[in-house]
Amino acid sequence: MHTVDGGALARWAWLIPVVPMVAAFAIVLFGKRSPWKGWGMAWLSMAFVAVYGIALFIANLNEGIAYQGAVSIGDIGAAGSGPPFTLEWGWMVDGLSIMMYLVVGIVGFLVFTYAKGYMEGDIRYTWFFGSFALFGGGMLVLVSAPNLIQLIVGWELVGVASYLLIGHYWEEHENSSAAIKAFLVNKVADVGLFVGAIIIALSVGSFRFTDIMAVVSGGDLASPLAHYSFWAGVAIFIGAMGKSAQFPLHVWLPDAMAGPTPVSALMHAATMVTAGVYLLGRLFPFYNTPGFADDVRWIIIIIGTLTLFLTGLMALVADDIKKVLAYSTLSQLGYMVTAMGAGAYTAGLFHLFTHAFFKSLLFLGAGSMIHAVHSNNMSDMGGLRKYMPKTFWTFVIGSLALSAVVPFAGFWSKDEILAGIQHAGNNFTTAQGGAALANYVLVVSILGAFVTAFYMMRAVSLSFFGEYKGHGHPHESPNVMTYPLIALAFFSTVAGLINIPGITEWFTQTVEPRFFPAGDFHPTAINFGLAGIGTLAALAGIVIGYYLWYADKETQQERDRFRIPVLYPLLEHKYYIDDFYMGGIVRPIRGPVARAVDWFNGYVIDLVVNGAGYVATRVARLVYWFDQRGVDGAFNASAAAAGGSGGMLRLLQTGRIQQYVFLIVAGVVVLVAGFIVF
Amino acid sequence: MSSFENGWALTLIVFLPLVGAAAVLAIPKAQEEAQKWTALLFAGGSFVLSVIVAFQFDYGAAHRIQFGPDSTLTWIGAINSNYSIGIDGISLPLLVLSTFMTVLAIIYSWDHWPEPHNPKIFSALILVLATGMNGTFVALDLILFFVFFEVVLLPMYFMIGIWGDRNKVIVPVLGLETEMRLYASIKFFLFTLFGSAFMLLGFLTLYFKSGLNTFDMQALAEGGHAEAALGSLAVWVFAALFLGFAVKVPMFPLHTWLPDAHTAAPTVGSVLLAAILLKLGTYAFIRIAIPILPEQAQNWAPVIAILAVVGIIYASLACLAQTDMKRLIAFSSVGHMGFVMLGIATLTDIGINAAIIGMVAHGVITGLLFFVAGSMSHRYHTREISRLGGNQKLMPIMGGILGFTAIASLGLPGLAGFWGEFLSLLAAFNPLHGLSTTLFRTLMVIGAVGTVLAAGYLLWMLQRVNFGEPSAEWEGHDLHDVDRYELAAWVPLVVATVAIGIFPRIIFGATNDAVHQLVAKVFGG
Amino acid sequence: MIINQFLLLGAVLFSIGVYGVLARRNAVLVLLSVELMLAAVNINLVTFDRVIQDTLAGGQVFALFVIAVAAAEVGIGLAIVLLIYRNRRTANVDELDLMKL
Repeated sequence: MHTVDGGALARWAWLIPVVPMVAAFAIVLFGKRSPWKGWGMAWLSMAFVAVYGIALFIANLNEGIAYQGAVSIGDIGAAGSGPPFTLEWGWMVDGLSIMMYLVVGIVGFLVFTYAKGYMEGDIRYTWFFGSFALFGGGMLVLVSAPNLIQLIVGWELVGVASYLLIGHYWEEHENSSAAIKAFLVNKVADVGLFVGAIIIALSVGSFRFTDIMAVVSGGDLASPLAHYSFWAGVAIFIGAMGKSAQFPLHVWLPDAMAGPTPVSALMHAATMVTAGVYLLGRLFPFYNTPGFADDVRWIIIIIGTLTLFLTGLMALVADDIKKVLAYSTLSQLGYMVTAMGAGAYTAGLFHLFTHAFFKSLLFLGAGSMIHAVHSNNMSDMGGLRKYMPKTFWTFVIGSLALSAVVPFAGFWSKDEILAGIQHAGNNFTTAQGGAALANYVLVVSILGAFVTAFYMMRAVSLSFFGEYKGHGHPHESPNVMTYPLIALAFFSTVAGLINIPGITEWFTQTVEPRFFPAGDFHPTAINFGLAGIGTLAALAGIVIGYYLWYADKETQQERDRFRIPVLYPLLEHKYYIDDFYMGGIVRPIRGPVARAVDWFNGYVIDLVVNGAGYVATRVARLVYWFDQRGVDGAFNASAAAAGGSGGMLRLLQTGRIQQYVFLIVAGVVVLVAGFIVF
Repeated sequence: MSSFENGWALTLIVFLPLVGAAAVLAIPKAQEEAQKWTALLFAGGSFVLSVIVAFQFDYGAAHRIQFGPDSTLTWIGAINSNYSIGIDGISLPLLVLSTFMTVLAIIYSWDHWPEPHNPKIFSALILVLATGMNGTFVALDLILFFVFFEVVLLPMYFMIGIWGDRNKVIVPVLGLETEMRLYASIKFFLFTLFGSAFMLLGFLTLYFKSGLNTFDMQALAEGGHAEAALGSLAVWVFAALFLGFAVKVPMFPLHTWLPDAHTAAPTVGSVLLAAILLKLGTYAFIRIAIPILPEQAQNWAPVIAILAVVGIIYASLACLAQTDMKRLIAFSSVGHMGFVMLGIATLTDIGINAAIIGMVAHGVITGLLFFVAGSMSHRYHTREISRLGGNQKLMPIMGGILGFTAIASLGLPGLAGFWGEFLSLLAAFNPLHGLSTTLFRTLMVIGAVGTVLAAGYLLWMLQRVNFGEPSAEWEGHDLHDVDRYELAAWVPLVVATVAIGIFPRIIFGATNDAVHQLVAKVFGG
Repeated sequence: MIINQFLLLGAVLFSIGVYGVLARRNAVLVLLSVELMLAAVNINLVTFDRVIQDTLAGGQVFALFVIAVAAAEVGIGLAIVLLIYRNRRTANVDELDLMKL
């Protein structure tokens, strides 16, 4: 591969993660006193990232850049006598990271613009932008990381930013609880990430991605890395499952909608949740090279497929528009992960790219609606088409993109994924399910496309068509909010065109790994068959949705007519997974188990300690008794004896002189007698 | 400055606070300003000297003992115990941490003397404590070490016993009702002394039975001869040392003194106890137990590792059941020290490096946590988590610092705590050659799960204390936010947390060589 | 020379003196009896001095000492008795037992 080192542009690229971080600190310390109350610094930092990202993108198109810079921050000796581990902060400039800089920068810039209007008058305006800038910085730290440790640092930083932002309205207990839920579910997944990173780093002897990939491309199947690769691969995937909300670790994302809508748009649609996909992309050769972690791929595909289908179904019964979009995001993340598992590296990343635009567009549009109606629920909306035309049209464009209708962005990326899955079927061994697995996945994916179009039609109908069911008079949002919508709508329309197989392949070229070969599949020509089936599924969804929700106006009022007995409660309760987690894991640990441990501490361990103290005091008392009566007794007795004998002897002292003299004389006589006798 | 190096620098660092204590005691009771400034002067002097030492330290030769006296200074000739002191890359960070925390403690106390108000005696006790702490880290002779190790007990005993929490408690099992401070101080003192008694036995056995008739740590560690000479006694000596050190760390199941002591102690007492005193135990493992008895260390390593991980999980679960904020933080200390001990138990240079940075990080972060908790309990007059809600609204800066510290405590990467936890787990994957990898890897996974629990209890504590609406009982109370003395004491800790997190070379630059040398020499590389 | 009669005189006098010290109630009479004892001692001393024919006349010198000491002692003794009499209105030794334990 022909690569260049990127020149000064790449050498200064460390500014990309640093500028937002610095902005975050500055906002927290000085934001309240600054003219824009902190928004300005955040917005400017994102603008900087966007501009720099575009510059890098263009430079990369001309000639592929492959550069990494690093600053050492410590050395610690390796186990045994190997070379020491170098800990370093660095920045990577290659196609994948440039693509992420672009996404974070552009979408971030637009969302920040929007947020100025949306967060107007908010109780913690400055702090919001501080946390948001922190998020931006953290995400960029993550995607610029040239080594696993920095990736983990960025990973956790966005986790903390997510915690702060989801819990932004922490006066309500449920908001801070949602924030904790997000953080903890991610932390559970991070056990996998830590373990995986540890295994890989110790097997390779370095944390750097280039060193890891060197071992992988070296193909040495006897290397320690190959030996542990299955477990490392599973562990890392578990980490990715948390951040990218794969089933069954998806439960945090719907609750995360408690945060302000710009947060949902940027973090929980476009960037943070894609970190898992990014990680799989970064480690793609590891997962794709025979002998290493390629036997993990079937797990990835199954989880991805489960996610994309099961979560999409939940969007059909949600009343809260943000929840609909959240489930939709989960579903699309499932697509991305499935693509990665199927070996369709470019397709997965391309979908990440396009999804960032249209999903953030949809969220911002939803935010616009919520702003106008002062409620999240679609049952309070309806007929907004008349009042909010810009929001309406941009939302429709976003929905079409999401439903993968040609020529909008989603069509191209989803089509590539389908092609990739089909291709993968030819490559899976029978032990891994073989072609049957791929076919099953393909069918589910196409069904998923139907479901996607279906629920989006529902959402659009219930919000924009019919009669307005809410209070007050809704009106269009201010320009600062609608301009980003229009910009994102533009991107949602054209973004797909940059990677039409066989015609324009700019995206493929961009993200093609430069440091090491990936061996991924990307279609060289449009697969009209799959494209056709996919479009058919989408149209079916739109048409049926139209008849169910738009045409039949009464349905809009009597939605309950469609309560399919078992299915609806199951979906509404999110398959009871949340209940299982809370009731089966969280509450027992927080309640009985924790209390049992505390009891054990006080009444079993301390039983020994306090018991020892008790025994010691009892023995001490016994000894004291012995001391008082026994030992002291002896002394007292001797004293008494002395006193007694003294008392007796004192009888001799009568004070009478004559008696004394008598005794003297008697004594003399005795002495003399004795003298004479002896 | 050879005379500076010739043992004088370290001697001053150790004894300056003692002189300061005497000076403070000489000042009449009424002149509080003079007492405070004297205390600050001497503690500050000790700190400045330690910083100078840190700058003058030869990092290229970090494994060598530096700043020791040139010739042997006999102390107690009859038992061949010398005044032998010095620091190397392992003890340097801990020494600086110790002097640093002492200064911060005095700055914090400037306006926050606990009841009964007696700045004179209290600051004198802090200074005596400082002497003990500093001395332990520089001592290279077992008797000298023992003296300093014990010196720290008395000031802490008095601090807890006199200035501690006066609420009544009912002692479990005994059913005795007494004031918390009285129970906690005696428990702390006797428990630790119990361990130390065995430790002294171990030292004496080393003297008599090692064939060397010396208490010098370096001589006893030389070539493993001492251990070989002990023969079958070695396991008993290690057991004795283990008992003494493990109580101090504290390791499960010898940890029960810690929650009571921390909860009952006045703020500064808790801070110093958590930040420094706990490190004496782990430091002793690295300095004494492993170099002198390496073979025993290898035999005992699985046990230590298991106990460490049990401690992590156990402490985290206990934290979830706590209703008292300080008690929760106390249990979290047990958990953090579990990671440190896990790192040590791997007997590798990554592990021991991880342990040392974990010690420093824990000192800074948990010290700050206790500071904040103490300040909060001082204002609210309660530590009950259920009564403390909406703190972020009432005292935003305090709440912000509490939030920052809680997040640092759960090991957020980018802050100091991460390195200790992550690198301990890393080390556990590949323990010393000869130790069971299956066991250690299992423990690694369990330890990683422990980080989840840590996040759990800290975030729940944060949610219940910081977020939500304040309860009605605080209406009308004048809860003033962080004042300048608290800020002066806390900002350096925040900066240190971030600095070590971003630039761990601050610690590793000193420790790496020394640890590598230790492991190579003792375990044959 | 046969000294028996002198020694006998001395012994008799001494015994009478001892009887007087032990049996008389009046303090003055006790002192008198002590004088008598001292006189007896003097006789003894002089007698033996004559017998051994000491060149230094030690016995006679000693007798002189005794006389001097006796005189002094009687003087003080009588003074004490006088003071006691003034204080306690009695000279009866049976009643002077303040030094009793």
